[in-house]
Amino acid sequence: MPISNSGNAVAESENIVAETAEKIFADLADAQTINRDEKGKWKAPLWQALTDAGLPLAWVPEDCGGSGASLAEGFSVLSAAGRFAVAVPLAETMLAGWLLAQAKIASPDGEMTVVPASPKDRITVNADGSLSGRARGVPFAKAAKHFAVLASDAKGGVSIALVDASKCRIEAGIGLGGDNSDTVTLDKVQPVTTKEAPQGFDQTRLMLMGGVARALQIAGALESMLEISVRYSNERVAFEKKISKFQAVQHNLARLAGESAAALAAATSAADAIANAETFDDEVFLEAAAAKIRCSEAAEKGGAIAHQVHGAIGFTVEHILHRYSLRALAWRDDFGSESYWAVELGKLVCNRGADELWPLVASR
Amino acid sequence: MTAALRFDPIRLPPKCEQLRKEVRAFLAEEIAAGTFDPHKPNREDTDVPEFSRKVGERGWLGMTWPKKYGGHERSFLERYVVTEEMRVANAPTRRFFVADRQSGPVLLKYAPEHIKMEILPRICKGEICFAIGMSEPNSGSDLFAAKTRATKTDGGYLINGTKIWTSSAHIADYMIAIFRTSPPTKENRRHGLTQFLVKMKQPGIQVNPIGQITGQYEFNEVVFTDYFVPDDHVLGEIDGAWKQATSELAYERSGPERFLETYYVLTELVRAVGNNPDTRSAEGIGRLVAQVHTMRRMSVSVAGMLQAGKEPVVEASIVKDIGTIWEQQLPHRVRELSAFVEETATNRETLEKQLDFAIKTAPKLTIQGGTTEVLRGIIARGLGLR
Repeated sequence: MPISNSGNAVAESENIVAETAEKIFADLADAQTINRDEKGKWKAPLWQALTDAGLPLAWVPEDCGGSGASLAEGFSVLSAAGRFAVAVPLAETMLAGWLLAQAKIASPDGEMTVVPASPKDRITVNADGSLSGRARGVPFAKAAKHFAVLASDAKGGVSIALVDASKCRIEAGIGLGGDNSDTVTLDKVQPVTTKEAPQGFDQTRLMLMGGVARALQIAGALESMLEISVRYSNERVAFEKKISKFQAVQHNLARLAGESAAALAAATSAADAIANAETFDDEVFLEAAAAKIRCSEAAEKGGAIAHQVHGAIGFTVEHILHRYSLRALAWRDDFGSESYWAVELGKLVCNRGADELWPLVASR
Repeated sequence: MTAALRFDPIRLPPKCEQLRKEVRAFLAEEIAAGTFDPHKPNREDTDVPEFSRKVGERGWLGMTWPKKYGGHERSFLERYVVTEEMRVANAPTRRFFVADRQSGPVLLKYAPEHIKMEILPRICKGEICFAIGMSEPNSGSDLFAAKTRATKTDGGYLINGTKIWTSSAHIADYMIAIFRTSPPTKENRRHGLTQFLVKMKQPGIQVNPIGQITGQYEFNEVVFTDYFVPDDHVLGEIDGAWKQATSELAYERSGPERFLETYYVLTELVRAVGNNPDTRSAEGIGRLVAQVHTMRRMSVSVAGMLQAGKEPVVEASIVKDIGTIWEQQLPHRVRELSAFVEETATNRETLEKQLDFAIKTAPKLTIQGGTTEVLRGIIARGLGLR
């Protein structure tokens, strides 16, 4: 779909990376074409083009085998991926490469994903250095050749490991959006490489990074849902006029614009906060957790309006709307749902105390 | 489709943080001196002239205006910081808020030079209060149905008719109002209204208070009987007020006052819940904080884009649409969560009193300054639907 004029605020250099991604998506991941291709023939050429452009390993420094893009540039790629509801493990491979790079572990070629992908799952490092544990809801585990694993040992030490996917047991599952969301079991798996995580790096930080990635994707999907809903309302005629001329429809679309705007603002602000953070403090936590919470809420409210505007046609597999609406709903669950982060944020706020709430909100 | 929505991740520049410290210190001093109680938004004495003058002395009125009119030529982001700190502290801003936000900028743009020189410095000093005369008994959201007449006479106009729901008219020194100078034309029903500067507290103007469901008296009915306005008090184009009244609304729609009106109940809830919230309370508070954070990011973003000379009209309308609905729902969400507050919470009574007032305030938030329905019409137009 032709989406010009990225809605995200990005500096010129970020635009170049984002524009590269957009062009690849427009050429090889057009929603209409993909939707008709039942055999998934589009996947291999798309992945090849993304790889050739260095996008899956965007966040991996050049000396670790990546393309060394900035965090901000990578985030702008994720926004674009959301606008196209891209159904290949691009975000997952980027996150995996980023995680490995934290411990200066070089990234291999091919698809990767992150284990665990939920704040409640834990992978442990055994005394012999092998890894054990179960992670549910791991996006694209079935498609991944390697996993970037965050694990902790009995003494609370945190490690980052590169693991060969074929050494793990993978029970395939399908998420709301139709993409793989699998259960990965590690039973004394010897990793390819393990290194100690940098000081202060923990699972919360990984989950928030994943959460911001999902927030950007949801915001992107909502931008597209708004665009195709507005377009449809200007084409569809009922009661002898375009449905866009009915005030009830106009007001619904205005609400969808509001949800899309809220998601965009929350997600891009969180991405900017992480990209420029010197320390991972309460303010960055607020930005990241709030983005995941608010974007997830927007996915529900906004997606419902997009479907309402489309009527029955939007409920069919032939129509592209579900590619965005269902993925946006599915993305809510990855790396901690909005309920999970709301509890964590609520605890943090209460812990700081009532008089420290406004200073936190108004900190930047 | 029209251009995509933009919400650049604007951060307040460092000089804003210094200013914020100054504003907080000033407000703390005023609270300590008993000028106002931040825990009591439902006070009756919303007009505090002395406070208004002190804010003026600090240089926090007319912050963005030219120095020759008493302004301070500072940025919109600096003004933003002052506005949000005052709002969150429940400071008594009624006397100066309308003049600073709205009336001053209108005068700057449309008033003759000698009027600007006379009035703007007095706004900057916090000496005078403005009201806005838009609605009439049969003309609310439908602004262009206004009937109050301005009839040409020697050297000026004679005004006859009634404005209504006019906040602060009982304390105001001036009103900026629209009156009918010609009938609407067939081609343009918005034609024929003119904007005027009206001096209050004069013969020919009668101000009748109207009680509100909150127990406060901010509303008024303002009756004009052969009230004389001189020619130099016409603001802008005769018969062309519609062009003026619908511009510059981005400034008015997207400020912190559009989502922080009932914010105090959230602070008080956190105080009542204490440091170790149960899961239900933590989840509820977490969501509300995520929502207010997002609203603020949107609002700051619009302020930043305005400062950069952009015109985010649709974005500003979106901020007011979802911001006012949020602040309207907030007391109800806080009320639900307050069911789990321990009986022993020391501020329980304060929270209950605040909730009572906030719940009564809530209905007006999506009506004043442009209803939800009007805003959604503007957003729909921006989306290319009408």
